[in-house]
Amino acid sequence: MSITVNDVVFVCVSGVTVLSALGVVFSRNIIHSALALILAFLGVAVTFFQLGAGFIGLVQILVYAGAISVLIIFAVMLVMNVDAARTNKANPNGWTFIWGTLLALVIIAVLGTTIMYSDLVPALGELPVADAVGALAGLMLGNYVVAFEAAAILLLVAVVGAIILARGVEEK
Amino acid sequence: MIGLNHYLLLSSILFGIGIYGVFSKRSAVAILMSIELMLNAVNINFVAINRFIHPGNTIGQLFAIFVIVVAAAEVSVGLALIISIYRQKKSVNLSDFNIMKW
Amino acid sequence: MENILQVSWIIPVLPFIAFACIGLLLHRWPKVSAAVSILSIGASFILSVLVALKVFAGDPGQVFEMSVRWLSMPGLKVNMGIMIDPLTAVMLIVVTTVALLVQIYSLGYMDKDPGFASYYAYQSVFAGSMLGLVVASNFGQIFVFWELVGMCSYLLIGFWFGKPSARDAAIKAFVTNRVGDFGFLLGILFLTIVFGTLNYSELAVKIAGYDNMAVLLPISILLFFGPMGKSAQFPLHVWLPDAMEGPTPVSALIHAATMVAAGVYLIARAFFIFSQAPQAMILIATIGGFTALFAASIALVQNDIKRILAYSTLSQLGYMVMAMGIGAMTAGMFHLMTHAFFKSLLFLGAGSVIHAMHEEQDIWKMGQLSKKMPVTTWTFVIGALALAGIPPLSGFWSKDEILLGAYAGGYTGLYILGSLVAFMTAFYMFRLIFTAFFGSNTHGHHAHESAPVMTFPLLILAVLSIIAGFVGSPFMNNIFGHYITAPGVAHHEANGMIMTISSLIAAAGIFLAWVIYQKKIVSAENLKQRFEAVYNVLYNRFYVDQVYQRLILIFVDGSARLLEWFDLNIVNGVVNGLAQFTGWSGRTLRYTEDGQVQTYALYMFAGVLIILISAMCAVFTALA
Repeated sequence: MSITVNDVVFVCVSGVTVLSALGVVFSRNIIHSALALILAFLGVAVTFFQLGAGFIGLVQILVYAGAISVLIIFAVMLVMNVDAARTNKANPNGWTFIWGTLLALVIIAVLGTTIMYSDLVPALGELPVADAVGALAGLMLGNYVVAFEAAAILLLVAVVGAIILARGVEEK
Repeated sequence: MIGLNHYLLLSSILFGIGIYGVFSKRSAVAILMSIELMLNAVNINFVAINRFIHPGNTIGQLFAIFVIVVAAAEVSVGLALIISIYRQKKSVNLSDFNIMKW
Repeated sequence: MENILQVSWIIPVLPFIAFACIGLLLHRWPKVSAAVSILSIGASFILSVLVALKVFAGDPGQVFEMSVRWLSMPGLKVNMGIMIDPLTAVMLIVVTTVALLVQIYSLGYMDKDPGFASYYAYQSVFAGSMLGLVVASNFGQIFVFWELVGMCSYLLIGFWFGKPSARDAAIKAFVTNRVGDFGFLLGILFLTIVFGTLNYSELAVKIAGYDNMAVLLPISILLFFGPMGKSAQFPLHVWLPDAMEGPTPVSALIHAATMVAAGVYLIARAFFIFSQAPQAMILIATIGGFTALFAASIALVQNDIKRILAYSTLSQLGYMVMAMGIGAMTAGMFHLMTHAFFKSLLFLGAGSVIHAMHEEQDIWKMGQLSKKMPVTTWTFVIGALALAGIPPLSGFWSKDEILLGAYAGGYTGLYILGSLVAFMTAFYMFRLIFTAFFGSNTHGHHAHESAPVMTFPLLILAVLSIIAGFVGSPFMNNIFGHYITAPGVAHHEANGMIMTISSLIAAAGIFLAWVIYQKKIVSAENLKQRFEAVYNVLYNRFYVDQVYQRLILIFVDGSARLLEWFDLNIVNGVVNGLAQFTGWSGRTLRYTEDGQVQTYALYMFAGVLIILISAMCAVFTALA
């Protein structure tokens, strides 16, 4: 089996994604973490494109890399009360730190071994669904209309809630 | 050949990194960022499995959209909460918020 | 007349019916109760005589049996039935005769007692139980009636339950009997496990060729525990002297003639088992002989008229058991019969004396009773002569047959012991007679002879004490031995030398008592001082009671303390420990709630991981 362009692209993109994710958690400066997070989001978007889910990739870029990242950076700015270079230190409580590391490694190991030893479908064939957006729309407004409407309500509630919470209690 | 297991492996690595971030960070915002990493990993999972095992429909993508929606709502509310707490305690260090203990 | 045996089951039932009537209906009318009781035992007596006539007209080996199934469990079947053979017939005569005479006597003795009606109720139920024991056809039935008789003994010893000493004596009797009955029951269960049946006839067939000593010896020894308790052999003898707290007719009936004889009767019944185990026979003979000597030596120095007679009963029971042990079952049963008559005579006579002396029982506070109570005196003397073994009274024939069995059977040691006991018996009985009825004290002058209702039984028993021995004497060709025998019992020819020697020994005992207590040639006081240590040991009954008391204190107290320790430390410890553990775990585990969100998230993820790993394992093992 020859190595296709697809494979090379995948390796590069996933490498970028993983490295930027590492940057998110290991960076001392919280602004650097936020920027690395944006890069990770973009990497994930490219992965979506590779999987043939173009619409999802676009939504990822728009929502995550566009809106959520901005929101995060705003929040960081608002709550930064020390020098930016030292805001993102690791948790001094060693206990959760150690256990967390252990847990992360164990999860990766377990899932990784399971996945690698599984007999899964190897190849990426032709894209059977041509019009992904149309199919999505059909599902959303068809069988999953309730979930769709609920998601809409959720967004409304989140907006209203965020405004109220951020506004705070009025000074009498 | 890049198959489903590679995509799933990528997703599990991202998930593990996200977990590490949740447990080892002091700042609440940083923890929120790690949670976003985890959610992205889950999205990759959904779409990859949809593409490889059930290419006939787009239910995995639909679910990934819902995850993105919920994540967005959660981030906004979470950050609003953090800002609100910051106003009170002038700190976003999670270790300081331990009133509900023994 | 042919069918008298068919209705012989009525004999034990009649007194039980009398008991039920008195207990349920008639106890408000004491005289009626007494009449019902006496009528029932009288009827049983008449039926017993008819049965005996039928049995003794027939063949010695003939056995009449009938029974119904009473209890049936897997592994244990007990019938209730009747078995009439010559041995049963003899016991029926003895029990009904003495019971009838005692009940007639009690009309006078227990007159004006507030518990008159219940006394007769108890007498009836005792008579019924004893008769049921005697006609029993299997070990299970005899055990049931054995216990019933023990219960009646308890009721009657403690009849005057206002007296603390009477209550204690009743409990002591019951508990000591229980110890013996425990061994007895174990023996019975052992029998039913090994042989599958408890019926005498069936067991006799099965045991005849059985020679596994490892089974027979424990069974024999365990079965012997019953007679050890009921017939008051050493070391379970301690209850009999204290049983004198009951009314004197009760002592006469139960603790002289019938209940204590039940043990000897059991050995005779189970002779086919014991005779197969020579070591058990040796044990029985040894215990019997030792008890005889032990009790006689204590009787030498007692001052209470009833206690002297009680120890005398103990000693004679030892004689009977010893006779059984050396294989002379006939002699033992013969002595049982004669002893029943003259010992009950002696007790009823003592009761007459006590009644006349207004409840005084110390012989040193009596004297010269012969002047005012001639009938009582001379019947008492007849009884004492019979007990001492003076020919031609009944006691001579029976005691002589036992000594003959010892001598001719090669048990020379036991023969010498028996002769020594005979000497002591004669001595202490006439010590009693010379001190209370003759002698120089004049306390007896204000006594008066008892009513005819009390002296009439005395006369009947005196006649029986004289003539009852002839059935076992050479004059009637030992017709008793012809009927009461079993395989393995040796019959010896009458030996004139032995007869003469035993008569001389008895006469010597009487003479010595006359010398010391009547003529006062040798002073009793001087003897007492010279042998003071021996006297004290004998007077205190070899301190056996004190030893038992100490043992009980150690064991009962000790185990109570042990259980208390257990309860306080272990049981409480567990409960308190649980509470403390709960507190400790609470105090320790609360540190998991430290208020840190990340810690909680950690716990959650750890749980997820565990589920994940177990799911993976399950899937992979299912796939493999």
